[in-house]
Amino acid sequence: MGAVLEIRNLAIALPRGGDRAQAVAGVDLTVERGEIVCLVGESGSGKSVIAHAVMGLSPKELKAVAGEILLEGEDILRASPERLRELRCVRMSMIFQEPMTALNPVMRCGDQIDEVLAMHTALGAAERRERVRRVIEEVHLPDPERMMASYPHQLSGGQRQRIMIAMALIMNPVLLIADEPTTALDVTTQAQILKLIRELQQNHGTGVLFITHDFGVVAEIADRVAVLRLGTLVEMRAKADLLARPQHEYTRMLIGSVPGIEPKRQGGGETAPLVLKAAGLSKVYRSGGFLSARRAVHAAEDVSFEIRRGQTLGIVGESGSGKSTVARCIARLIDPSAGSVSLGSDEIATVSARALRPLRRRVQIVFQDPYRSLNPRRTVGEAIIEGPLNYGMGRAQALARARSLMETVRLDPDALDRYPHQFSGGQRQRICIARALALEPELLIADEAVSALDVSVQAQVLRLFDEIRERMNLAMLFITHDLRVAAQVCDHVAVMSRGRVVEYGATREVFGAPRHEYTRALFAAAPGRGYTFGSPS
Amino acid sequence: MHADAPAAPAADLSTEAANVYVRPTVWQRLARHWAVRIGGAAMLLLTLVALAAPVLGTVDPTLFDPGSRDLLPGATGEITTLEGESVKHTFLMGSDSFGRDIHSRVLYGTRVSLIVGIACALLAVLLGVVAGLSAGYLRWLDMPLMRVMDGVMAIPGILIAIALVALWKASLLTVIVAIAIPEIPRVTRLVRSLVLSIREEPYVEAAVSLGTPTLKIMFGHILPNTVAPLIVQGTYICASAILTEAILSFLGVGLPTDMPTWGNIMAEGRVQFQQFPHNVFFPGIFLAVTVLAVNILGDGLRDVLDPKMAKRA
Amino acid sequence: MLSFLVKRILATVPVLLIVAVLVFLLLRLTPGDPATIIAGDAASPENVAKIRENLGLSKPLLVQFGIWFGNLMAGDLGESYFFKMKVSTLIGQRIEPTLALSFCTIVIAVLVAVPLGVIAAWKQGGWLDRALMGFSVMGFSVPVFVLGYLLIWLVSLKLALLPVQGYQRIADGFGPFIRHLILPSITLSVIYIALIARVTRAAVQDVLSEDYIRTARAKGLPEVRVLVGHALANAAVPILTVIGIGIALLIGGVVVTESVYGIPGLGRLTVDAVLARDFPTIQGVILFFSFVYVLINLLVDLSYLVFDPRIRY
Repeated sequence: MGAVLEIRNLAIALPRGGDRAQAVAGVDLTVERGEIVCLVGESGSGKSVIAHAVMGLSPKELKAVAGEILLEGEDILRASPERLRELRCVRMSMIFQEPMTALNPVMRCGDQIDEVLAMHTALGAAERRERVRRVIEEVHLPDPERMMASYPHQLSGGQRQRIMIAMALIMNPVLLIADEPTTALDVTTQAQILKLIRELQQNHGTGVLFITHDFGVVAEIADRVAVLRLGTLVEMRAKADLLARPQHEYTRMLIGSVPGIEPKRQGGGETAPLVLKAAGLSKVYRSGGFLSARRAVHAAEDVSFEIRRGQTLGIVGESGSGKSTVARCIARLIDPSAGSVSLGSDEIATVSARALRPLRRRVQIVFQDPYRSLNPRRTVGEAIIEGPLNYGMGRAQALARARSLMETVRLDPDALDRYPHQFSGGQRQRICIARALALEPELLIADEAVSALDVSVQAQVLRLFDEIRERMNLAMLFITHDLRVAAQVCDHVAVMSRGRVVEYGATREVFGAPRHEYTRALFAAAPGRGYTFGSPS
Repeated sequence: MHADAPAAPAADLSTEAANVYVRPTVWQRLARHWAVRIGGAAMLLLTLVALAAPVLGTVDPTLFDPGSRDLLPGATGEITTLEGESVKHTFLMGSDSFGRDIHSRVLYGTRVSLIVGIACALLAVLLGVVAGLSAGYLRWLDMPLMRVMDGVMAIPGILIAIALVALWKASLLTVIVAIAIPEIPRVTRLVRSLVLSIREEPYVEAAVSLGTPTLKIMFGHILPNTVAPLIVQGTYICASAILTEAILSFLGVGLPTDMPTWGNIMAEGRVQFQQFPHNVFFPGIFLAVTVLAVNILGDGLRDVLDPKMAKRA
Repeated sequence: MLSFLVKRILATVPVLLIVAVLVFLLLRLTPGDPATIIAGDAASPENVAKIRENLGLSKPLLVQFGIWFGNLMAGDLGESYFFKMKVSTLIGQRIEPTLALSFCTIVIAVLVAVPLGVIAAWKQGGWLDRALMGFSVMGFSVPVFVLGYLLIWLVSLKLALLPVQGYQRIADGFGPFIRHLILPSITLSVIYIALIARVTRAAVQDVLSEDYIRTARAKGLPEVRVLVGHALANAAVPILTVIGIGIALLIGGVVVTESVYGIPGLGRLTVDAVLARDFPTIQGVILFFSFVYVLINLLVDLSYLVFDPRIRY
């Protein structure tokens, strides 16, 4: 077994003004024939930089300044552009994170695969067509003829990623680089794609460099694991060994930050006062009319649940399940089409805008994207005091509250006059939490509030949510697609699929013995469920 | 359990290096941008020329002298003052077929062009913002208003301006209004689309759930974020208004012909263009340089203030 | 697809209607008696009375519009009191030179601008890119008539390569026809090239940063294939859009260019009509130009169907 890829002492410079001198430095890495090496790291660790350097696709600003990248002994860094073109897709291929954008939207899928053959082989049109058909069958896409004639927008995310894989593997390369290929997919689709990559890789003996930030995926697919931190390789060992006995402190911290899938909270508190009760909540979007057929999309249908003081309810579901629609209905950012939402003894689903205003302060929401949740032109202090000022608090008093809230979310109170761009993603999310808490709400909604964060930061923010709920005795509605996250913070969970709640109960019960078929599929697909994270030995 | 995980508060900031760096302020970035410098400097110079026109070797631009007709640039001749005296005068850019001093007329023409350009930009932006905000915020008004704007945009702007000036009595005010009107729909569309997209931003939704009243959201959160694109758009309107005014005058359908505007000078000179091209070229150069300066300034402002639009071109 | 076609075609009807209303109102909302304005300065009282009768000026505004619109639908744009003929006949007589000029201009502009824009986007920041952006700002800034006179002076007067002014009908021989069109087309195409090249560059630049371009490169395709097969194909829609929108600019340019080069087309007719205060003709020409503009943009929209498979309403 020879190494298909050998990276020796690789260093890549960052352009001036970056947060460090080199994007990656002194990286040594090998991928043997027929094995999958996972390259793990948080955002900014330089893992994609390495992947692009191997393909010779690095932007001009990122220049390799030392080392070599050997593909079957041939140095990529010194290959001419023509030679690189000959190697791409023939000896080495790459698949990307966003299957939605990685395919040319105005070209038929069959033609996009055919382009590879036309470029790299001397086959005639009919033979090429046959090869394309075969490879589409190999990635288990139904009805190859229809797939070939389809444009990317007519396929689902999973199908597009299969097309990408077919395109990457049609020339049978020795090396496949997979750059977060399942990150943008739902968990059930992710499981299928991981299985497909494993299957094809074993059939063809391909070496795979698999880039990911997700230890669940690592646990599913890796043979060996390399951990990257700020451009340096901290540890590289066989999977089982690394997951069970991480040597480096950073690896231990990372693995320790991965939320475990075992429910952590006991539930209980069933006697606490009811804060929120949603009954028969529905949201229907209607479109069309006039010339096209009227269409009604049921984003949420007949959703009912309740949350008591001090409790957290999780709504779990894949994209498009309607979980965010429910959150936005509860916060009255959109008007529900039917059903009732009562906050204590007040109805908020149907009240007029005027009557709603005093009720608004009792429900606050934290959004997913920390970069767009704060007005870039306003200081953090102004953002936090906006709510209290709206409800008549004096400026001095509001500022005093803002300072104490900054301490609550573990930020420096003196940073109140800074602007959002001066903070990292995790810090901004803390600011958003402080802003929400400034109104002393009874219910705090977190709409995928930790999904955009790196795993170590995510763990910190999750802990913060837990602390706050306890200290302020809040009711929380926690929207997430991540079962592990739900397991960490929720007393109860409602599993949503296609706008409906398919299962609702105490977290322990639902996680322990899922009753609904969909819930079971969801759990089966959760990557790395055989490993206990979050509790390093 | 989490007890074993790295201690929370201390680790918070170490794993997430507080990425605090000092970003140059908008003013600093503007002052450093070459296009802003060149365009701005040229505009400053032109403004000075307009203000200081009386002391830059000029005479009253309406003066003429039948004895000094069709002089070449640099020639010396006589000109009759308002009091009827004949004085010696050097015609730096020659004279026209009435014996008027082109140099004086061109320098005074700077005033007209700058006034028209700036006034049109202000007027179009002001009305466009009002219309755009209304369309973006009042649902019932959106449809009809935008359809009318579509209609206005479907008529080539210069034809609207020509027709309006022809119908009204041509004066500085009517010319400014006539040129500004066809620019309004573009501003309206810009403001409306900005309002609609900013309204979807999570920070605006957060403000809604913080109980911020609608008007306060509009003026506190949305409007400030439209200022940069509007400044850029206003600059481009200024450039095109200066051009349009010159075209109107040149075609003879603009400001009264005795007014010293670049378009009027060229309109007068075109008849004898083959013998005396300078009558067209001097004002032409001033016009081109002015519009160029404003456009370059606009590009610079766009690069600095509105990088998203800079990418869109 | 069919529903997109029908929808899009139906959507232009209200725009055309609004244009008609606006053009109608242009004259009616002007202070003064429309009949007097229409009849011109030297009209006899009987003439004015007759016009007042024809337009139904004593009736309510809505009825007046009905009469006017009914005539319009029947292809009757009214009667020119200056040229003493039907406005529709007049437009028919003057349309050939304008069509020829516009067609040549569009062909030159697209052939020059699109390749330039693509190359500039590809070599972003290179000398060609900078030169093109520089040219583009200049193109927007140099007034059409200044450029026109510059070209006449240089090419026709100094070098004596081409005729100075005028127009030859295509029926009178293709050689002279083309020789007379070269300079006007080049003059007019400059601003259009500036516009199209700028948008092409921006659109291709945008596309080049897309993930699927990285995919295309990862396939090992040569750069030409990546640029033409993937980048340009995806940038087609914004480029076509700007070609359509640019028609408004072109129409404005036609008015000026025809005046500079003495071409007896619709642009020249517009100016003559304004100078003669011949309002039925002004109205007719504006309506005609606007309808052409709307229809061309309709065609552009429909062509999206060919270039973007995602459009399927």
